[in-house]
Amino acid sequence: MIADPILEVTGLRTVFFTSAGLVRAVEDVSFTLRRGEVLAVVGESGCGKSITALSLMRLVPSPPGRIVAGSVRLEGRDLLAISEPEMRAVRGNLMSMIFQEPMTSLNPVLTIGEQIAEAVRLHRDVTKAQAWERAVEMLRRVRIPEPAQRAKEYPHQLSGGMRQRAMIAIALACDPKVLIADEPTTALDVTIQAQILDLVLQLQQESGTSVLLITHDLGVVAETAQRVVVMYAGRKIEEASVEDLFERPMHPYTHGLMRSIPHLAALSGAVAERLQEIPGMVPALSNLPSGCAFAARCGHADAACTAGVPPLVERRPDHFVACWHAGALS
Amino acid sequence: MAETYGRELRRAGADANSPLRRLLLLLRRYPLGAAGAFILTVFVLAAIFADAITWLDPLRTNAPEKLMVPGGKHWFGSDVMGRDIYSRIVFGARISLAVSLGATTLGSVLGVAVGLASGYLGGTFDLCVQRVMDILQALPLLVLALVTAAALGPSLTNTVIAIAIPMIPASARVIRSNTLALREAAFIEAAQVQGMSEWRIAIRHILPNTVAPLIVLATAQLGSAILTEASLSFLGLGIPEPAPSWGRMLSESAAEYMRTAPWLVIFPGAAISLMVFGTNLLGDALRDILDPRQRG
Amino acid sequence: MTPVLHVEDLKKHYPVKSGFLRRTTGTVFAVDGVSFSIAPGETLGLVGESGCGKSTVARTVMRLVEPTSGKIMVEGTDIARLPKAALRPFRREMQMVFQDPFSSLNPRMSAGDIVREPLLVHNVATGREADDRVAALFAQVGLRPAQMGNFPHQFSGGQRQRISIARALALNPRLIVADEPVSALDVSIQAQVINLLMDLQRDQGLAYLFIAHDLAVVEHISHKVAVMYLGRIVEYADKASLYRTPQHPYTEALLSAVPVPDPKLKRRKRLLEGDVPSPMRPPPGCAFHTRCPYAEARCKVEAPVLRELAPGHVAACHLR
Repeated sequence: MIADPILEVTGLRTVFFTSAGLVRAVEDVSFTLRRGEVLAVVGESGCGKSITALSLMRLVPSPPGRIVAGSVRLEGRDLLAISEPEMRAVRGNLMSMIFQEPMTSLNPVLTIGEQIAEAVRLHRDVTKAQAWERAVEMLRRVRIPEPAQRAKEYPHQLSGGMRQRAMIAIALACDPKVLIADEPTTALDVTIQAQILDLVLQLQQESGTSVLLITHDLGVVAETAQRVVVMYAGRKIEEASVEDLFERPMHPYTHGLMRSIPHLAALSGAVAERLQEIPGMVPALSNLPSGCAFAARCGHADAACTAGVPPLVERRPDHFVACWHAGALS
Repeated sequence: MAETYGRELRRAGADANSPLRRLLLLLRRYPLGAAGAFILTVFVLAAIFADAITWLDPLRTNAPEKLMVPGGKHWFGSDVMGRDIYSRIVFGARISLAVSLGATTLGSVLGVAVGLASGYLGGTFDLCVQRVMDILQALPLLVLALVTAAALGPSLTNTVIAIAIPMIPASARVIRSNTLALREAAFIEAAQVQGMSEWRIAIRHILPNTVAPLIVLATAQLGSAILTEASLSFLGLGIPEPAPSWGRMLSESAAEYMRTAPWLVIFPGAAISLMVFGTNLLGDALRDILDPRQRG
Repeated sequence: MTPVLHVEDLKKHYPVKSGFLRRTTGTVFAVDGVSFSIAPGETLGLVGESGCGKSTVARTVMRLVEPTSGKIMVEGTDIARLPKAALRPFRREMQMVFQDPFSSLNPRMSAGDIVREPLLVHNVATGREADDRVAALFAQVGLRPAQMGNFPHQFSGGQRQRISIARALALNPRLIVADEPVSALDVSIQAQVINLLMDLQRDQGLAYLFIAHDLAVVEHISHKVAVMYLGRIVEYADKASLYRTPQHPYTEALLSAVPVPDPKLKRRKRLLEGDVPSPMRPPPGCAFHTRCPYAEARCKVEAPVLRELAPGHVAACHLR
């Protein structure tokens, strides 16, 4: 049973005007987030995943950036077509975002209770006392011990893991339909990361919030997401269920990425003698080659690859790939 | 759609591939800075080509032509001794520029030495030096310059020194804070790990990376130096007679002739104001340009 | 065989000064009694989370900070308290690669100058000879010698790390201390740099002290692994032994927490409660007892010592 879609992104295109030229940060990206689902967007730095998230929230710094095409439908309503005041009523209310660095995302001169309460008062017609109660309740939900006490503390008094929980509390205070998490655990220690991911999954199941998880960590993807979108140089190059993606990665980049990561031997069988590298580097987004952006680094590339950008094609059931030679991998 | 992109791209400076185009882009983006640079350039050229653009001797007195209204032979009029004010303004630019550039350079060089040593060595040395700098900065620039000039006596060199000394704390402070920040940088640790001497690290690694903010500061200090020189000359210290200093031109005429021969006051006053204005505009723009947070 | 590096009971305590008179009000026990050995051509992986002291160990071993006490034996000589002049020749034996590819290179020096500098500082080579050596180093780390004249900002993160590695290799050291050398790099570039480091080790017999928080990377590159918590080593063993049969509860928790890129493995994670205590106030007894799922009364009062639980495998826990 496939749940109905809650967020439909179609043909999203975001560019930046820089002194180095036109940077096509997000180029023709489409995907669907379904109700109650965790969709991971994975890729390395410069692939456009963070700009995609910012574009959905209409938080792209403009200038120098601009969303130039596409639609973002939240429960049928195109967020790119509404006015800024209407969008402000959406942010933090229907759709929330948490970021990588909790220290810079929290206001250092306000207590965390105040920051959560502020989010509540912005979107709900409640008294200050009611907002504060909700703040303490949210802190309890994100499993911060002694929440009433902690609510009166400032961000610098909390550890990294707790600050991230506080940020999650702010984001979920108004029960949004969609939570966008941009690398939420990258800056955290691995044991804290495990706690936070566990928390996000639990909260998500409790409240049915759909999560768009942006990350570069394939391990996090495997353990948290149901569906995965892989991005490279601003484009979506593969999409599949998480099981399908890891079992049969069809794009050479995805395949190469998986083979280049060291795996814990105890779980994967044996220690690889040598990691399989992907040669070369990501091309500069201001100077993309013609055709497939991955061609220069791809072992399977041929003339067709440099001639034209491959379209996304459903190569297996519900498994989409943008590669002229998908399926040629053994 | 392509048209829109073109315009926005040009505004972002995407087609600035030659140094000339980059310069034009900078000028367009920082019009005030460009104005400041233009003003300074005019003065510098005037100072360099003073002989070519004047025809009357700035020092030659000419009693019959005293206190003439601007126009005709004397573009800016003549002063109480019949000297041509226009020529004196132009040659005065030389003095102002020489003194201010000299003083700022001297002050900056000494400031760099002090700031670098203070920031890098730290400890008691740093504490003592900082207190000395505090004292120097607590005294008003003009007072300090006055005292020094009075002690040393009026001459071009002494004026330069007198103006340079109060400027040292400002540049020392900038260099010191940059040095402190850089000291923790990984490439400094890498240098230490290689067994480099402290001396080499300070000169070869820290210094080149602290210079950029100093340029901004120095440009701003240029204006301040011009003002100080004018003040010193106004008060009788500073550049001795008969060199045409704008400050002294003001002092000779301000009190008595302000109402009867205002051109004696207007032109030197305007020259000082304009030059300081120009350096301030340029300094502000440079600071914005060189601010690492502003870069791409 | 003399170990390349032998560290014995290394301690680094930072006094915390506060108040108007800068009186010492506390101490940060950053490194509190660490001992290990690295044989020639071997890699010791040092893992732990933030605040465990692994970076401080690296910087103390390199004498970037002065140790509070303990021995640092490099090829048999204790360098822990050597004066600067006597220390200098030992600098050629051990070099360092840092985490941040951006700040570890002087932005105003060309890549070639950066790599050449150690040669000049130690009078190993000058002029033409130095240039040749630099070109050879560039080739060794996979960079084109034609790029010697470029400046750091013209290179990518992965390439900058290669320049750092070339600089570290310039003096032919026996040991390289690598402090999180791939953590700041993209995943696909990490593989390149890890492979490079392993190739260099194989070709030149280099020893590494490899500090990282990524357990999978450490497993791949190390021969021996030490796990640190709040300034102490809690477990120390051969890689295979540690990863297959971890003895210390913290190691278990670490291994359990690492996200594994295999969705079919539905692992039951042993989640730790709470956060890492501050190194200024380490808990009494076993420092880990506040988060340990197995903690007993004894753990709260008595600090465990490292005991050999299997051949070549030591751990500090009362319960094993």
